[in-house]
Amino acid sequence: MKGFLIKEFRHIFRDFRLMLILFGMPVVQVLLFGFAITNDIKNAPIAILDNSKDYLTQKITDKILSSDYFILKKNLNTNNEIGDYFKDGSVKEVIIFGNNFAENFLKNKNANIQIITDASEPNTARLLIVYTNSIINDFQQKQLSSSLEINNFVSSGKLLKPVILTTEFKMLYNPELKSVFMFVPGIIAILLMLICAMMTSMSIAKEKELGTMEILLVSPLKPVQIIAGKVLPYVLLSFINIITILLISYFVFKMPVQGSVFLLLSESILFIIMSLSLGIFISTVSNTQQTAMFISFIGLLLPTILLSGFVFPIENMPLILQYLSNIMPSKWFIIIIKSIMLKGVGINYIWKETLIIIFMTAFFIVLSVKKFKIRLE
Amino acid sequence: MTRENILIKVNNLTKKFGRFTAVDNLSFEVEKGEIFGFLGANGAGKTTVIKILCGILSPSSGDVSVDGFDVYSQTEKIKKNIGYMSQNFSLYEDLSVYENFRFFGGIYGLPRKEIKKRTDYFLKTLGLQDKKDSVISSLPLGWKQKIAFSVAQIHNPKIIFLDEPTSGVDPVTRRQFWDMIYKTAHSGITVFVTTHYMDEAEYCDRISIMDAGKIKAIDTPENLKKLYKENSIEKIFIKLIR
Amino acid sequence: MFSIKTKNISKAYKDVKALKNINLNVKEGEIFGLIGPDGAGKTTLFRILTTLILPDKGRAFVKGYDVVKKYKKIRKIVGYMPGKFSLYQDLSVEENLNFFASIFNTTVSENYETIKDIYSQLEPFKKRLAGRLSGGMKQKLALSCALVHKPEILFLDEPTTGVDAVSRKEFWDILNKIKNTGISIFVSTPYMEEAGLCDRVAFIQKGEILTVDTPKNIKSNFHDTLAAVKADNMYKLITDLRALKAVQAVFRFGKSIHLSFDINVINPDEILSYLKSKEHNNISIKKIDPNMEDCFMKLMKD
Repeated sequence: MKGFLIKEFRHIFRDFRLMLILFGMPVVQVLLFGFAITNDIKNAPIAILDNSKDYLTQKITDKILSSDYFILKKNLNTNNEIGDYFKDGSVKEVIIFGNNFAENFLKNKNANIQIITDASEPNTARLLIVYTNSIINDFQQKQLSSSLEINNFVSSGKLLKPVILTTEFKMLYNPELKSVFMFVPGIIAILLMLICAMMTSMSIAKEKELGTMEILLVSPLKPVQIIAGKVLPYVLLSFINIITILLISYFVFKMPVQGSVFLLLSESILFIIMSLSLGIFISTVSNTQQTAMFISFIGLLLPTILLSGFVFPIENMPLILQYLSNIMPSKWFIIIIKSIMLKGVGINYIWKETLIIIFMTAFFIVLSVKKFKIRLE
Repeated sequence: MTRENILIKVNNLTKKFGRFTAVDNLSFEVEKGEIFGFLGANGAGKTTVIKILCGILSPSSGDVSVDGFDVYSQTEKIKKNIGYMSQNFSLYEDLSVYENFRFFGGIYGLPRKEIKKRTDYFLKTLGLQDKKDSVISSLPLGWKQKIAFSVAQIHNPKIIFLDEPTSGVDPVTRRQFWDMIYKTAHSGITVFVTTHYMDEAEYCDRISIMDAGKIKAIDTPENLKKLYKENSIEKIFIKLIR
Repeated sequence: MFSIKTKNISKAYKDVKALKNINLNVKEGEIFGLIGPDGAGKTTLFRILTTLILPDKGRAFVKGYDVVKKYKKIRKIVGYMPGKFSLYQDLSVEENLNFFASIFNTTVSENYETIKDIYSQLEPFKKRLAGRLSGGMKQKLALSCALVHKPEILFLDEPTTGVDAVSRKEFWDILNKIKNTGISIFVSTPYMEEAGLCDRVAFIQKGEILTVDTPKNIKSNFHDTLAAVKADNMYKLITDLRALKAVQAVFRFGKSIHLSFDINVINPDEILSYLKSKEHNNISIKKIDPNMEDCFMKLMKD
């Protein structure tokens, strides 16, 4: 067993390209998603139409402008001007305070703020509303004990259509709404899937291609020993990878781990074992490295990216894909790490998801040990 | 040897890979219509020389010409005039016999009609007319090798390189294969062949024995036997390389 | 006791019959050669005997153990060198050897005596990666790896294919030394001349055993008369000899042509005068003993 492990580590350490993928990819991916593909908004130009011009509207305006997100392009005087500014694209959002704002707010407990955004860029529009909303909410909570009713409206171009914001959850646990926080759990899932499943299945297929598998089979080694020898190095390497990703996200992007680090790492190891057993299962059905890679890529990586909720929100998918996403182990894993990292919950909140992954792991281990042949055919 | 009869001319050829010298100051000539046996130990540099002669690898130094064309600057012309067949790559296994002929004929720009004519001729010589539409992978190794040899000649090259063409082939087919080589050489095509079967070395008009990048001996089998006072090429080979 | 015994082993891949009713008995401590061209079924038989694949029909025993039921026992006592060069190219000579020792729960130093003869030739290169070795050295390393756990029986599937004549000769010298330590050797080769180096051989062609015997007996069972014929124009000589009646086979062997014929129908003098009438010069006809290749070709035809 020891000899087998030494050999596997030698294979890995002598393959420069493999090393690059193993240790370079996590760093590159996290940095790439963190910096380049960020959805965060900074210094969005806005206009304000203040029909009240009282102390409350002034206070709210100050607060909004003091954040990094917005800069004031123009103070408007009439409704008619709004359309023009949107048309030439010089502002991305207009905030309108109703008449007699302070008075209505204090006396009638009901004041009116209207937010209009340019929804031809839906993502930006959505984020702007969320940001504005969160600042106003914050203001409301901190400054006033009485209720401030705010109606929000989004308009595509000009006209008004009420929208109910569903960002409550995100705002609670990711108050600054950094999108890198959304990506890190997804990256962890993808990388573990890739390294564990693809690398193990390819390394077993390589032995078949070389013909060395014949010698391994014609030796007293048991299938379990061959599998363990192939798998253990990757458990270690994947574990190192998770720690690398977490360190980068903590130090570079200031991403917190609210919950228990121990729980996070244990769940990760569980997911690693699950991916490895998947990898072994793939290797039992492929005879060449090419097939192994192809199956891992099409069968695992793409669904992980597309169906796990990493890129596209699951609740927006057609019903059939929503059902399909349930058999994606990475979906459950992403839920688990999001919960631990962002919400800081303990095992009592995620035991269901954990149980699902444990069940899947057991399923694939049994399947792959059964399918792993003691002979060539 | 008259000058115009010389097809391959190698002068002080050296090829280095990094610090390793694969071919070390080699000089030899091959005549038109000759069967030239290119023997040597594993790793002696045979494959490197063949690659250079085929124009797919550049020498480090030395003059090499094939059919009067320079291997540094006229590789495209060389490639038009050579045929190549090796044990590892010869035919597309998933294509039929005729499709292979058509594909390789197409590479050399032969018209469809000409390909058909030549295919029919080769298959008739081999007695395999009824196998025209059989997929290559369904045929026995010996037939494959014979077909591959024919495919390598479809464009009527001046010279054919055969890299261990008979490896693993049964003894009867092996001899039929050599009959084909004779026929080809008889028609004026030069055959440049490598082999590990020492009896096959005796079939060649001339042979060279290569070891560690150098040619240790080059002559007709008869002359070599006289020179080294041995009765078989195998013994000379072992004597020279040990 | 036989080290290998097979009873009516058959194996087919889809519609291709790779082996048909193979019956073999290999004695303890002998070098047994399985001789035949590519595609004859040699590798299939090796894989059945090394428990890598299951026969469709028939039974086989290695050292008395059934290859199907007792495969675990067999895997402990065999050394196997597959047809392809099966070593780890990215590991050094030494690391390959250590690894193969470790999977048999042994160490190189424990069995050093067994591999000393071969490995001593490789030791100067022990730090070199296996992928950088020459063909002959790779082959020796593969043999060392198959021997490192001191097996009771060695299975060598085409160990000399593609290897130059010098390395082949050295390899057979080594095999004889191994045999003298009491290890049985089951070896296959497409080179007919290597058959003569085995204690006993089986000729195999298209999944069928043509004959099993000692090389000496195989030669003495060659009943036709055999002559080596030479003349100036060898190309024409073949054609002319093939046209002759009562001729069984005409094949080129190196510098001469082997002609087998029925001496009751035609005698060498008649052949000579026939060739003279065909205007051949410097004709020589010499009666010779058959070699293994002559025998194989004759058996192939029958």
